[in-house]
Amino acid sequence: MTIAVPATQASRPRRFGVDLTTPVLLVFAAVLCVLIVMPLSWLVYYAFTTKAGDLTFANFQRLVSDAAYLDPLLTTFALATLSALICCAVAAPMGWLVARTDMPLRRTIRILVTASFVTPPFLGAIAWELLAAPNSGLLNQFYRELTGAAPDSHLLNIYTFSGLVFVISCYTFPYVFVLVANALDRTPGDLEDASSILGGKTWDTARRITIPLALPAVLAGALVAFLQAMTLFGSPAILAMPAGFHTMTTKIWSLFQFPPKPELAAAASLPLLVLTVILLRAEYMVLGRRSYSVVGGKNSEPRIVRLGSWRWVMLAAAMVVLACPVFLPYFALLNASFSKIASHLVSPGNFTLQNLHFVFYELSATKLALRNTFILGILAATAGTILALVISYVTTRKAVTGHRILGFLATAPAAIPGIVLGVGLFFTYTRKPFVLYGTMWILLIAFVTLAMPAAYQQLQSAFRSVHTELEDASRILGATRLRALWQITAPLLRTSIIATWCFIFVGVIRELSAAIMLFTSETKVLSVLIYDLNESGDLAAISVLGLFMLLITFAVVALANSLRGRNARRNVAVG
Amino acid sequence: MKRLSKRDVLKGAGALGLSAFAARVAAAPAAEAITPALIEAAKKEGKLSFYTAMDLQFAERLGKTFEAKFPGIAVRVERSGAERVFTRIGQEYASNIHAVDVANTADQAHCIIWKRNGWLAPYLPQEVAQHFDKRYYDPEGLSITTRILVSPIAFNTNLVKKEDAPKSFKDLLDPKWAGKLVKAHPAYSGTIMNATFEVARDLGWDYFEKLAKQRVMQVQSATDTPKRISLGERAVMVDGAGYLVIRYKEAGQPVDIVYPEEGTPLATGPSAVFKAAPNPNAARLFQNWMHSREAQQLLVDWARQYSPHGQAIEKPGIRKLTDIKLMKEDPEGVFAQADAVKKRYAEIFKV
Repeated sequence: MTIAVPATQASRPRRFGVDLTTPVLLVFAAVLCVLIVMPLSWLVYYAFTTKAGDLTFANFQRLVSDAAYLDPLLTTFALATLSALICCAVAAPMGWLVARTDMPLRRTIRILVTASFVTPPFLGAIAWELLAAPNSGLLNQFYRELTGAAPDSHLLNIYTFSGLVFVISCYTFPYVFVLVANALDRTPGDLEDASSILGGKTWDTARRITIPLALPAVLAGALVAFLQAMTLFGSPAILAMPAGFHTMTTKIWSLFQFPPKPELAAAASLPLLVLTVILLRAEYMVLGRRSYSVVGGKNSEPRIVRLGSWRWVMLAAAMVVLACPVFLPYFALLNASFSKIASHLVSPGNFTLQNLHFVFYELSATKLALRNTFILGILAATAGTILALVISYVTTRKAVTGHRILGFLATAPAAIPGIVLGVGLFFTYTRKPFVLYGTMWILLIAFVTLAMPAAYQQLQSAFRSVHTELEDASRILGATRLRALWQITAPLLRTSIIATWCFIFVGVIRELSAAIMLFTSETKVLSVLIYDLNESGDLAAISVLGLFMLLITFAVVALANSLRGRNARRNVAVG
Repeated sequence: MKRLSKRDVLKGAGALGLSAFAARVAAAPAAEAITPALIEAAKKEGKLSFYTAMDLQFAERLGKTFEAKFPGIAVRVERSGAERVFTRIGQEYASNIHAVDVANTADQAHCIIWKRNGWLAPYLPQEVAQHFDKRYYDPEGLSITTRILVSPIAFNTNLVKKEDAPKSFKDLLDPKWAGKLVKAHPAYSGTIMNATFEVARDLGWDYFEKLAKQRVMQVQSATDTPKRISLGERAVMVDGAGYLVIRYKEAGQPVDIVYPEEGTPLATGPSAVFKAAPNPNAARLFQNWMHSREAQQLLVDWARQYSPHGQAIEKPGIRKLTDIKLMKEDPEGVFAQADAVKKRYAEIFKV
């Protein structure tokens, strides 16, 4: 491979080629510090001070003594534990089926899991209201029709604690699924081969070899699921109030309603933050252990278990599972979009385009929310990708001393739940010197911060896959680090960069927990608009907007996937 | 964010404020008509933002009718429950964000607070001075009652026979309604804030304590409860926007209204132009037009609400306001006790 560097530039006098690497990196470190350290500092300050600014523990005392705060705390614990258990019970076998068996349609199932992954949890919760509200829910109507049961009897009631656990599990199980499936994809088949050579039957091998090998991933998945369920705002915001209880996140949000109690909100946020840090630490330790099982680099291909005629049964089971986060909710949203009454099935007499017309021609907030969402999505994706690109470059190439701190800062936001970050940013940017509340900047900061850990991890692994020799050549020819990065490495990583960009963009579209704390009327985004429509029960408008939101999301995901496919082929060519 | 709640500050400054307040009452502004100059100035601004608690469909209809009458001025509706509208404006003003042009709430207490904060601009439309009873607008022209709301009981006629329907708030405590009631929340809805205050005052808080044992489904907005009974999700709504029940009934949906024997809670919904409105002329034009005969008739005919406009003609199909036994509205009482009401309510209903 030859590198075309224009001779004129290469022979430019050295004084124009000042290496800006160090100052630029310092700027990035400073930016990260501002993004993370400032909001958290204010959070701690508010939690531990009185209105006069004196040190106090009264807020925490109130938190553990007042039932209005203690109940949500306990509810949240129970909620997160149960959700995590359900996620593991469902997602781990599914991960195994997809990674290690000859079940048909495995690829399709992976795609459908992705679909439930990108579905905003608040939208899923609203769709499940349409399906399983005890009286008006479509499934309950169907049940009564089928069994002739009494008008007020019902099969399912989504407005309950267990209903909320179910909906949260629907949109949390992909985390476990992905961890387990990926772990099994990577686990070599040697041990399983050995087992079967020694006469182990298929099921014995699975039970005694494969499952123990996958256990760390399952455990890690359980922790992540617990974390997600604990810090989720979207689903509880829709379902907890009709069910008659609060979770920590909805309580924190309600503390900002008039009369605002910011000090209590801060105090209520800290336990979530501390728990998240502990759980992530635990997850890291668990996943660290997993490396024992995959020691030895390249090994044989994973052994595929032949399920025989069971494979169709398993496929049916997987489809039933996927009906919960994908098929049924999407159907309910589609139905409500075109039905005169959201709880009635579309029929010739009931079909209407009025809901579409209302959302796109009458609802004056639509245009602004769409505009804001797109602007923020594009800006956050661009800024986040650049930031993650530079940081992952520095950490993988060990470009400057202290690169570890940069890497740590980039992954730290993973430990900050969205709503907690929202509260912290609210404190930070409603005061001098940075009054950003009411501008798009504060939302941009929130979205970039929340996206940073995942974006950084994606690009870091991409960097590891590109050898340094081309960069080195460029630097030998006189380019600075930044120029080498820009001209050599970045183009090689183009597809990974685009994939990361898409990932952040999709994340922005579905983000509600931080946005709900930070929006103002002029900076309202789509997710917040849907939340507002939910307050007044405008289900048809929600369905139309929600489907539109999903449409955008899937278009972007499809784009990222098609590029990733091409990237895989190109890597083969380069290698 | 201010560390002191605004209400705290106001309570402390109450005595000071009242004397200054009394001195200013005399200065009633001159009534103003919609002049070509106002229209011209409004068109230059080209837009306005209308924060409101009225139901979304009507708010947008109102905006679109205004846009058709005054082309070139876009109305952006920012709808949520009155208590959230109030929180929103409070948060925005605390951060020096002056985005609201005209606000319409369902809780008079909000205007008391905004007025004492000095946030409102005096503006008295001619038709208001001519055709509105004096109790329906502020003497200084700082706020005008746009709509009169009642919060009755209502039920789904497929699920409940008319003769079995509850007649009073007391009836709702009958065990047969357990699990069949839906109710809106005073921390989100201004109508419900007033309704809760009035019911607690007239029937006592122990009424709500007993009601809470009925496994009441809790939603946020007073515009949501009529939707829930219309969908058949619950049989009876404890409180909510009466006008939506009328509207749904007239559209052929299976709902009907009950004016409870103890009296029907009343909330009047005022509108105000903000002093720091980013589009001051468009704001005044909209405020003026919204209280004109034309818009008020739309309020009666389309939205099925009660109008304070003396010339608005009632449309049959809805009980006359004078024929309903109403609970007494008390904005000063709500102003003084809103925080306590929210707290007590949350303790009783756990949300």
